[in-house]
Amino acid sequence: MQTEIIISGFGGQGALFAGQLLAYCALDLDLHVTWIPSYGPEMRGGTAHCTVIISDDEIGSPLVRDPRAAIVMNLPSLDRYETLVKPGGVLVVNASLVDRQPTRQDITTVMIPATEEAEAIGDRRMGNLVLLGALLELLPVLPPEAVGESLGRHIPAHHRDLLKSNLEAMARGAALASAARRDAVEPEAVSPGAA
Amino acid sequence: MDLSEMVESLVYRKPDSLRDVETHYCPGCTHGLAHRLVAEVIDELGMREKAIGVAPVGCSVFAYNYFNMDFAEAAHGRAPAMATGIKRVNPDNLVFTYQGDGDLASIGAAEILHAAGRGENITVVFINNAIYGMTGGQMAPTTLPGQRTSSTPLGRDVEVHGFPLRMCEVLSQLDGAAYVARRSLHDVANIRKAKKALRQAFEVQLNGLGFAMVELLSNCPTNWGMGATDSLVWIEEHMIPMFPLGDYKVGPGVASVGGRES
Amino acid sequence: MARELLEGNVAFAEAAIRAGCEAYFGYPITPQTEALEHMARRMPELGRAFLQAESEVAAINMVYGAACTGARVMSSSSSPGVSLMMEGMSYIAGSEVPAVLVDIMRGGPGLGNIAPSQGDYFQIVKGGGHGDYRPIVLAPATVQELINLTVEAFDLAERYRCIVVVLADGCLGQMMEPAELPPMRAIRPSAERPEWALNGAEGRSPNVISSIYLEPLEEEEFNRRLLAKQAEIEAHEVRFRELALDDAELAVVGFGTSGRVAQSAVKFARQEGIKVGLMRPISLNPFPYDALGRLADRMRAFLVVEMNGGQMVEDVRLAVEGKAPVRFYGRMGGVVPFPDEILAEIRKLNAPTEA
Repeated sequence: MQTEIIISGFGGQGALFAGQLLAYCALDLDLHVTWIPSYGPEMRGGTAHCTVIISDDEIGSPLVRDPRAAIVMNLPSLDRYETLVKPGGVLVVNASLVDRQPTRQDITTVMIPATEEAEAIGDRRMGNLVLLGALLELLPVLPPEAVGESLGRHIPAHHRDLLKSNLEAMARGAALASAARRDAVEPEAVSPGAA
Repeated sequence: MDLSEMVESLVYRKPDSLRDVETHYCPGCTHGLAHRLVAEVIDELGMREKAIGVAPVGCSVFAYNYFNMDFAEAAHGRAPAMATGIKRVNPDNLVFTYQGDGDLASIGAAEILHAAGRGENITVVFINNAIYGMTGGQMAPTTLPGQRTSSTPLGRDVEVHGFPLRMCEVLSQLDGAAYVARRSLHDVANIRKAKKALRQAFEVQLNGLGFAMVELLSNCPTNWGMGATDSLVWIEEHMIPMFPLGDYKVGPGVASVGGRES
Repeated sequence: MARELLEGNVAFAEAAIRAGCEAYFGYPITPQTEALEHMARRMPELGRAFLQAESEVAAINMVYGAACTGARVMSSSSSPGVSLMMEGMSYIAGSEVPAVLVDIMRGGPGLGNIAPSQGDYFQIVKGGGHGDYRPIVLAPATVQELINLTVEAFDLAERYRCIVVVLADGCLGQMMEPAELPPMRAIRPSAERPEWALNGAEGRSPNVISSIYLEPLEEEEFNRRLLAKQAEIEAHEVRFRELALDDAELAVVGFGTSGRVAQSAVKFARQEGIKVGLMRPISLNPFPYDALGRLADRMRAFLVVEMNGGQMVEDVRLAVEGKAPVRFYGRMGGVVPFPDEILAEIRKLNAPTEA
């Protein structure tokens, strides 16, 4: 079984780190994983996205056209990836920077005001983890507790003081996604747990 | 006369640092002199078995056949980079390049500039004879204005070909250069001064003081189209005014390490 | 050693260090600069040589110089930078000193872009610099393979006194995968450097390292020696990986990143019941001509997939010797193909009209 996740946003939004966290957790769980970034030509502020593939078997291509899930952190990313997510897949949208609703009916979509939620917890830079928490709630590819443990293991030393609020951010994202799912009419094809 | 009373004393011999072979240099060429001076200095420093030379592309391409020590042959102009590689892994060796004007000042301008800028702890022997010798007398970056060469048949026109590069003046501006000097090989007094400068340049390296280069104004009777004696006069009359002799950089600490003329 | 999540560029740099690399000379160029940065930090702390050269031209000549001392030495770069190194590569080949180069290819020609490409197959595999020589060329497809082949590159370079190029692309340089680094090897004491090396002629006659053979007959003799070495390399160093070829009727051939993308496509095609397998050359020189030739006896057709306009495909055709049709699918300019594109090509190949 192979799960592909694309995380996309502006540079500086933490898309690459959110993907790396998934990769670290997959490593810690002894799964196969690839993480591959793509940057815009600008060092700061350009588009930044990464593709993470997690599998219980050897991974061939590290890139996919149609991921099972995507976290889109800005409007260009929504425009680009909404159409590509596999039917039955998951799309997590950063509502703080995106002013339109996704239109796909055959995937699970959730709008999370990540920046505001992160600010409420203490630091707007943790929006990526709010979104990641939401994704893991809807796409049980890795146990959220395991991701939290991996965060503790691999967080850079100079950010260690943020660990507790990072975990809080993930939990907040998960709670919002869970609530949104309860409220929403589930699309026919959705079965996030299936291969 | 009682032959048993005769004492034979050796007053002139080939330095150990030169092999006992004939060179391919043209009659009257000062390359042989320059080789000998370098070899004598290395002998005097007792460093022959520690020396690693890097030969250039140009007339002295076969320098490795004449020096009696470990030697590498570089690509055209790249000797300072190659010497850098050698010195960085073998800091205890005495590493030097021997380069002509086309090699050092034209195709290898970037490599020499950055070796000097880094203060690379190597010694550079720079032979400036204002012409490309090996390829048959074309313009060099040091060819004098008006000088006829096979690629400036009407004389170097600075409007077209620009001006000669004075490498000592250029490199002496760099903080990494510890010792930069220009000498001439056109007469005995100057040859003696050249040897002292070479010794200074090698001692700079032995003392870890940084980049050292001695430029030696040299002749090319063949491609200048004149006899050997005339060519030495030509150095004095034409080259020295364009490339004045002297110490261009004597960095901190250099004056106190031997060799330098007073 | 435990598995770590490693970025390709950092992985090969650290692998080189653990293989006993004593000196690294390089110049920043995307998408491999992380390797240079890793070396910049690690080499000095281990008391080894790191130098950011003024250009790739200088970097490869520093490698050449250091290699003349018998030290283990390397550089890494990406396509435009490697083009600048071709002069030095030829000299290294011409003087038979061992050196390792990692080329993380990007889109071209010219300045091109910084995206992954395999457009430099011809340049690297066929020689690149002037004169008659071939480097050993190893093409990894995973970070683990990149590590293993980098270590092996140093051993092969010394065994054959030649250049070994690890040829990968920006995809592998930039991606992270779990991989295991080898244990740290001790640096060889300088007293144990090879007897041909330049370390000062202490108590022995001088060593000279040169690529000059002025007499054509001597140069030809030297060229024969290089050819003999190439023959030995061809006899002993062919490396490739086969997947699902036992019962296959169709074979996809791809190296490096395009090889692993093809692996996904082959997997999907198998799920559709198409009898297709994958042949992934790992050594590009020596190229697995014989292995492909044997496959040609039992394959209906071949599909070669590359991230270029069709370069390795020429070697596949040489190997197949017309025994089966060889189709080509390539993406260029820094575009990495998706598995579905290759799957579509496999389906076409499998269709009766194509058989």
